[in-house]
Amino acid sequence: MLRVQLVKRRGDFTLDVDFCAPMPGITALFGRSGCGKSTVISLIAGLLAPDEARVQIGDDLLVDTTRHLEVDARHRRIGVVFQDARLFPHFSVLDNLRYGARRLPRDAPTPIRFDDVIGMLGLGALTARRPHQLSGGEKQRVALGRALLAQPRLLLLDEPLASLDQARREEVLPYFEKLRDALAIPIVYVSHQFDEVLRLATRVVLLSNGRLLAEGELATVSRHPALREIVGPDAVGAVMQGVVEGTDDAGLTRVRVGDAEFVVDEPASLFPKAMGQRIQIQVLARDVIVAAARPSGLSVRNVVSARVVSVKPDAGRAVLVELDIGRTATLLARITARASEELGLRPDKQVWALIKAVSLRGHVFTAPAR
Amino acid sequence: MLSPAESEALLLSLSVAARSVAFNLPFAILVAWLLTRTRFAGRTVFDAFVHLPLVLPPVVVGYLLLVVFGVRGPVGGWLDQTFGIQLAFTSTGAALATAVMSFPLVVRSIRISLEALDRGLEDAARTLGAGPIDRFLSITLPLIAPGILAGAVTAFAAGLGEFGAVITFASNIPGETRTLPLALYTALQTPDGDALAARLALISLSLGFAGLLVAEFLARRLHRTLGR
Repeated sequence: MLRVQLVKRRGDFTLDVDFCAPMPGITALFGRSGCGKSTVISLIAGLLAPDEARVQIGDDLLVDTTRHLEVDARHRRIGVVFQDARLFPHFSVLDNLRYGARRLPRDAPTPIRFDDVIGMLGLGALTARRPHQLSGGEKQRVALGRALLAQPRLLLLDEPLASLDQARREEVLPYFEKLRDALAIPIVYVSHQFDEVLRLATRVVLLSNGRLLAEGELATVSRHPALREIVGPDAVGAVMQGVVEGTDDAGLTRVRVGDAEFVVDEPASLFPKAMGQRIQIQVLARDVIVAAARPSGLSVRNVVSARVVSVKPDAGRAVLVELDIGRTATLLARITARASEELGLRPDKQVWALIKAVSLRGHVFTAPAR
Repeated sequence: MLSPAESEALLLSLSVAARSVAFNLPFAILVAWLLTRTRFAGRTVFDAFVHLPLVLPPVVVGYLLLVVFGVRGPVGGWLDQTFGIQLAFTSTGAALATAVMSFPLVVRSIRISLEALDRGLEDAARTLGAGPIDRFLSITLPLIAPGILAGAVTAFAAGLGEFGAVITFASNIPGETRTLPLALYTALQTPDGDALAARLALISLSLGFAGLLVAEFLARRLHRTLGR
């Protein structure tokens, strides 16, 4: 478990956060630009001096300002991948990769093996090149490999995809997924792109203006009202965690979430690998239709029984309806206030939630092979 | 091709300029580093002091060197009595005077590359386990090498032509401190010295030209190795 408590003041801005990250898996630090995410990374890595701090990885205390303990950044064994890669321009890719490895103490354990990293990140063909001969995506893969080969016990990824275009991001993201499922170390992933968070992380720390707004499972934090301020009303939606059950006769993926079953338009190429794996699905609030009675003769594939939890005013003439679909699974629906009145929506009313299969995209989290 | 006196002046010029660069570099790197990376009281005064040789008449610099490093000066006397080293009126003294004159140029050149250097690279090296000296040698120094090289070339070229400070501090002794410009000056003062002066001027010209070409070539190679 990574435990982080930080206070840093800079003029009017005060960063004050306190959060945990489970040992394996990705914890996303999410917030808009300038909310202090990167400062958190610099403070954890030891590149910036905190005003007050306590940082602990497992049993190792790295920083405790009350005891005047601050391990120097170079002894922390924390791998950092920066937004701008920061490869050393005067070294080849190979020498970049080996930079940290060469500086390890002689007796340091090296569980992360060179050949595995080269293979996993697809760096084999790049080793002889110079950083300026690499594409943006390749640079980030090399930076990731370089950080890993220094045998870190924590990996910090500071908006590693922010300087890449959409095509390059799609090229690099699968490597992060692979890494997450293969590594036994915690990863803190900073991003202001919710789709990256949805795809990579199960835990989220929500930051705004240097403060922690929410921390927890993505499924819970995705319903936090403050998230709407960051992602905008159109991107609001509940995130559900389910299990892949198989395919239906039309080739759509069947996913169980709580008591309900959803069909998701996922490529069948996921199978058979994805069977029984955890899957994370975001259901955008604007894609959910609420019906008072079970409808028929519709193209919509997902019709689930739900109970209204709350009806809250949203932007414009809309309201945001929170729906309980059983076993703590929740949906958000954004509908007009008029529609809500006509349906007589109020807490505890039983309704039906309708979602098109093609509106859903799932992200599979493969459990590490043990 | 060259007369003994000419080749003597040429070799002496090259040697004095080269030694001045060798004196210069370690201190210039240190001072440039102090001026870009540290904040200390009196930094502005220190900065101005470093740049003084640019604005002072060279004769003044030569005179101050005599006061400090002359045989009766505080540093010069100590060097003489402790190590038997004399600087005034020697070729080493000529190199010292040349070094002091070109020092601000070298500092400036190194400082510009230090300021342009992405400090994030040093941070990255730190997270990868590199200590301060390791970081300086493996990251900072190679990446500011173009600035150091440019500074060294400028200092060398300027050193070939340093006149005022050298003649004041080290005098005009054939074979010891009579470098190309001093030889040229002497030739001009001598009846029938016009031809010699012209030849010496031509040598200086070729030397400067060759120096610039070599500098350009080195800079290109360095940029290629640094991958820009």
